[in-house]
Amino acid sequence: MDNLLSIVTFIPALAALILAVFLRGEDEAAQMNAKWVALLATALTFLVSLFILAQFDPADTGFQMVEERAWLLGLQYKMGVDGISVLFVMLTTFIMPLTIYASWGVTTRVKEYMIAFLVLETLMLGVFMALDLVLFYLFFEAGLIPMFLIIGIWGGKERIYASFKFFLYTFLGSVLMLVAMVGMFSDAGTTDMVQLLNHQFGSETFSLAGIQIVGGMQTLLFLAFFASFAVKMPMWPVHTWLPDAHVQAPTAGSVVLAAILLKMGGYGFLRFSLPMFPVASDLLAPLVFWMSAIAIVYTSLVAMVQEDMKKLIAYSSVAHMGYVTMGIFAANQQGIDGAIFQMLSHGFISGALFLCVGVIYDRMHTREIDAYGGLVNRMPAYALIFMFFTMANVGLPGTSGFIGEFLTLMGIFQVNTWVALFATSGVILSAAYALWLYRRVAFGALIKESLKTIEDMTGREKAIFAPLVAMTLILGVYPALVTDIIGPSVEALIGNYETALVDAGASAKVAASH
Amino acid sequence: MIQADLTLILPELVLALFAMAALIFAVYAGKDKLAAPILWLTAGLMAVLAAWIGITGEGSRTAFGGMFIDDGFARFAKITILLSAGAVLVMGQEFMARRDMLRFEYPILVALSAVGMMMMVSAGDLMALYMGLELQSLALYVVAAMRRDSVRSTEAGLKYFVLGALSSGLLLYGASLVYGYAGTTLFTGIIAAAGEGQAPIGLLLGLIFVMSGLAFKVSAVPFHMWTPDVYEGSPTPVTAFFATAPKMAAMGLFARVLHDAFGGVSADWSQVLALLSLLSMFLGAVAAIGQTNIKRLMAYSSIAHMGYALMGLAAGTAFGVQAMLVYMAIYVTMNVGTFGFILTMERDGQPVTDISALNQYATRAPGKALAMLILLFSLAGVPPLVGFFGKLYVLRAAYEAGLAWLAVAGVIASVIGAFYYLRIVYFMYFGEEGEGLDRSRASVPAGFLMASAAVMLFGVVNLFGIEGLAQAAAAALVN
Repeated sequence: MDNLLSIVTFIPALAALILAVFLRGEDEAAQMNAKWVALLATALTFLVSLFILAQFDPADTGFQMVEERAWLLGLQYKMGVDGISVLFVMLTTFIMPLTIYASWGVTTRVKEYMIAFLVLETLMLGVFMALDLVLFYLFFEAGLIPMFLIIGIWGGKERIYASFKFFLYTFLGSVLMLVAMVGMFSDAGTTDMVQLLNHQFGSETFSLAGIQIVGGMQTLLFLAFFASFAVKMPMWPVHTWLPDAHVQAPTAGSVVLAAILLKMGGYGFLRFSLPMFPVASDLLAPLVFWMSAIAIVYTSLVAMVQEDMKKLIAYSSVAHMGYVTMGIFAANQQGIDGAIFQMLSHGFISGALFLCVGVIYDRMHTREIDAYGGLVNRMPAYALIFMFFTMANVGLPGTSGFIGEFLTLMGIFQVNTWVALFATSGVILSAAYALWLYRRVAFGALIKESLKTIEDMTGREKAIFAPLVAMTLILGVYPALVTDIIGPSVEALIGNYETALVDAGASAKVAASH
Repeated sequence: MIQADLTLILPELVLALFAMAALIFAVYAGKDKLAAPILWLTAGLMAVLAAWIGITGEGSRTAFGGMFIDDGFARFAKITILLSAGAVLVMGQEFMARRDMLRFEYPILVALSAVGMMMMVSAGDLMALYMGLELQSLALYVVAAMRRDSVRSTEAGLKYFVLGALSSGLLLYGASLVYGYAGTTLFTGIIAAAGEGQAPIGLLLGLIFVMSGLAFKVSAVPFHMWTPDVYEGSPTPVTAFFATAPKMAAMGLFARVLHDAFGGVSADWSQVLALLSLLSMFLGAVAAIGQTNIKRLMAYSSIAHMGYALMGLAAGTAFGVQAMLVYMAIYVTMNVGTFGFILTMERDGQPVTDISALNQYATRAPGKALAMLILLFSLAGVPPLVGFFGKLYVLRAAYEAGLAWLAVAGVIASVIGAFYYLRIVYFMYFGEEGEGLDRSRASVPAGFLMASAAVMLFGVVNLFGIEGLAQAAAAALVN
């Protein structure tokens, strides 16, 4: 199969089209049909995507399974995966069937709901596979449309504000990236990312409107991309859209947002910022480090005082993404391995935590922490699973959360011990807010009247959590599953990065001596 | 010689003669009862002429001693003008007929203004330019005031006329200055007189006046004031017409004058265009936020879009012209669809233009709401819809011409602009249940809406090949 990647990408879109064209009516049967079509399509996507994993050769650090077709304006439709992207593809196809199955309780506009999620899956997969600048931008940006609708139509009370904030915030970040892409296009004469990875963008200092720009063109391009990815990631201080979007989105929307959409920012840093603008990355790494450190400490503290469960988990996501940015720009094997690992593990853990909130929200229709307490008495299975993911979120050894945090901290420690010190304090803080949340929700006596009749998890809910628990445990005790796949590609990435830095340093010296 | 000249302008001749013949015939036989057949006939003729120009046209030729130019650029613009004018005529027929507004003069006036527009994009001389512009404008003044019994419509017509006359005056004054310094009204003579790089100051002054007059026609800021009022006051089918073909024609004329007559001094006009573009994009984006009337909103939206098209032109390169042409073709297609939607907005038989009437429209008419959703995101320039590619073209043109600051400003304006498009989506999808719109029976506008949305969605594959056509057209203009 030459076009395996395209097939995987467009199966969900095809299913969405089938739903849009053939499914009529809003009765119970039609709703069930919509749900089943969506579930089968996402499950099929996952199964087919296993072929990608099977065909993937980790030793090869180039792009694999590449497809290429000419497109307009000298652009091209080019898809491919390498060690960095392949696992994100797998994460997406793995999470999507679970979110669809978790949406079994949706009753309003089911058809549109499923279409939105299916289209979103196609776009997210495209982001991780695209090997053309504009094609990447197209997938990256188009994902805003379904997410905007998901928050706006099926969201909570403040959904309008949250959806507009989400859309405009991320849109503003990405349009600057678009201008930078146009600039790269005219500088390098191509939008092919494989060629761009080998292209040296100018790094000579020049002055613009009286301001000296150290690192030249690379710095400007870096900052434009940074505007986009930092918002998407999200990094402090541009993270404020995330708590709103998370709280207002329906459960499945939160899961996709936390588990996959946030990873696009980190993926972007690894795919564009680090390899394409090495001089600027090196120059601005301290800025990123400190932003990450602040994010980890500050958002952990903010998380501690939240009264809304989803908001608390949202802030904890921002903190965990801080480890990722820190690890990426540490630019050593441990740091980047750890960052990718942390992103994957956060995909499972935060997704599961939002699902945990969803389980009790479906029963009580409130996310206030104060409305709960003593759930362990009536919901033992739920309390167990919630505890498991709380521990994973804290980074308990044996769960995947530990590996990611440990590796990134190890990576940053070699580069900047002070940042490492601050970041490590985040581990303690995360234990504080997560355990405190768990205590208030699950432990204590069951005294609230409204909770006296609450039921434990159903079989469907348990089935959704089972794969997530398994992945978190397996990756926690055998991380080589991931690092073996990403290792060679990361090594090549760091090799190129360092060579580029040495080259740029040499040419700068030559320029200085003249 | 004269025969060759006449052959070249045959499409214009046919349309003009048809308009006059229809006028005489309708006056003597039946008057308004014949309005519908004449309208269909006009639209049909326009489509045929567009096909004719597309199929038979080749090369670059001039007629009447250089006063009339037929080249790839003119043909691209003419086909867009004719097709959009025909589409808008057909789309509005039912709307006007049901409200007793369908006068037989309407299609005839539209046909005459189309002749004027065709003349504009083919002009090779300041006189030909002015004749075309006035023929177009006079016809438009009249159709703006079509509803004689409506104060708003007459006001729109009057406003349009007074301000239009002012802009024509500016343009004429500029033309006279240009004539004075160049000694000729022919573009070929002006470009020789202007020279490369350094033009006489009087000629530049003339250029600025001409550009002001043209900026009025494309409704670029600061010459935009008439647009919202005229859009709001005119009957909706007429507004739809204003938003499409005349914009293409005026942009085509703009490009024609700047490149054919002042191509040597592009550095001088490029900065003026850049400023016009910047102001239009921002004013269009910001001022639309407070609008509740969808026609006024579309007026500001068109001002913003003209800003982007001017950005392509401001680049001053062949690629810039190509970008402008692609942008305009996409813009016209989007607007045909959007106005198709506005034409279907009604309650108790009365047209509704308040956007809050769209509350929960998506539950009542999911298909049309989805099509409108696609168009709105396309207007906002969100990928993967075709509107995004229009923006990509002009951004690239501006960036490569050294106008990176304009490109950055443009994308920031597009974020502001996205807000008001999203607001319509908000009403349609997230709004409260309220007094909604009637289930519209108008199938023709809905058809155009669907077709336009489909183009926006599936155009992502290859833009239906207009890229190559626009490139050839731009190459014909800039050399």
